[in-house]
Amino acid sequence: MAKRDESSELLRELVAHLRQNRTQLREEWVGRISETRLLTAMTKEEIFAEATSVYDSYVEALETETFEALQAYARNLSERIIPRGVETHEVVGIVLLLRDVLARSLFAKYQTDFKKLNRILDAYEPAANRIANTVAVGFVQERERVIRQQQEAIRELSTPVLQVRERLLILPIIGVIDPQRARQLTEQLLRGIRTNRAKVVVIDITGVAAMDVTVANHLVQTVEASRLLGATVIVTGLSPEIAQTLVTIGVDLGKMNTVGDLQGGIEQAERLLGYKVMALAEPN
Amino acid sequence: MEVPILKQGAVLIATFQAALSDADLNHLRSALVQQVVRFRSRGVIVDVTAMDVMDSFASRTLREIAHIIRLRGAETVIVGIQPEVAFAMVQLGLTLEGVATALDLEEGLAYLNQKFKTMK
Repeated sequence: MAKRDESSELLRELVAHLRQNRTQLREEWVGRISETRLLTAMTKEEIFAEATSVYDSYVEALETETFEALQAYARNLSERIIPRGVETHEVVGIVLLLRDVLARSLFAKYQTDFKKLNRILDAYEPAANRIANTVAVGFVQERERVIRQQQEAIRELSTPVLQVRERLLILPIIGVIDPQRARQLTEQLLRGIRTNRAKVVVIDITGVAAMDVTVANHLVQTVEASRLLGATVIVTGLSPEIAQTLVTIGVDLGKMNTVGDLQGGIEQAERLLGYKVMALAEPN
Repeated sequence: MEVPILKQGAVLIATFQAALSDADLNHLRSALVQQVVRFRSRGVIVDVTAMDVMDSFASRTLREIAHIIRLRGAETVIVGIQPEVAFAMVQLGLTLEGVATALDLEEGLAYLNQKFKTMK
């Protein structure tokens, strides 16, 4: 108990010291930040404003030994600076710099009294470490949250299954297909076949530049699975590279129905479904 | 559990229940093969809507049923394969090659009627 009291006594003394020298230490810190070229995405004024808030939150966390306010501030700060391209190493870097600046000022203040310096550092170090940890973890968590959110958005945007005629679906695929996206595409397509009672599906991969062997195999499997549901799949817009990949994996061409472009694919689908499309009049 | 076989005009309809043992499947095969000739049926529909797993034995049996029935002069169509089951089957290489498939019973009947018309 006595030790704990002493430790908080020391922390109080420490906090008083940090409050007293706020202006000088803060300026030293900001100087060190620009010296080491951290936070280059931000202007000097912005860095100074953020540094002030961080400094005050830091001192407050040391004083109260509660980290909730700091955590909330770290999350809020991350939210603001992540879109501007601030990296993890920069955030960790500036917090460690502050830790260093403050430690140096403690060395300077207590250099005549080594015993006291030791005890002060005993009280300071764990708290400072925890603060650095809290800020870094808060930043990384926020970053991961943003990444997850973006992945979710991409996933939802990327795979529309559209009905263009009664019993005819098209699935336009654009961009890179990784195995995870391929699996999701298949799921959506098979479910779409069932709910729309589709007989023919046109998968258009004009917007896919290349696919690896795993994904190509997956495409073939999707075609076969669709057949098991009673739907015919027409694949359109195969690029030369993808055609090459399909030949390399030795796809059975009897099972793959391919047409050069989307228009041709839809026309063939209409024939399979018994539609006949004709112009009513000459276009003006 | 035995699979009931219903007769509807020129078509026999066998509806799978949830879990079937290998013995049930063997029994279904011989029953269908016999009845298709006894009733002079021209088509057989095997409805697997209730099945949420399809192992290799079931899949092979379905294929055999379809091929034997073709040799007996009728057409077979498998209907109601669930999307998840379909993809799992394909991954296991069970693609029911040479066997007609349709979305559900209605589609299966439409497919057979179309077939009968062209056979006339």
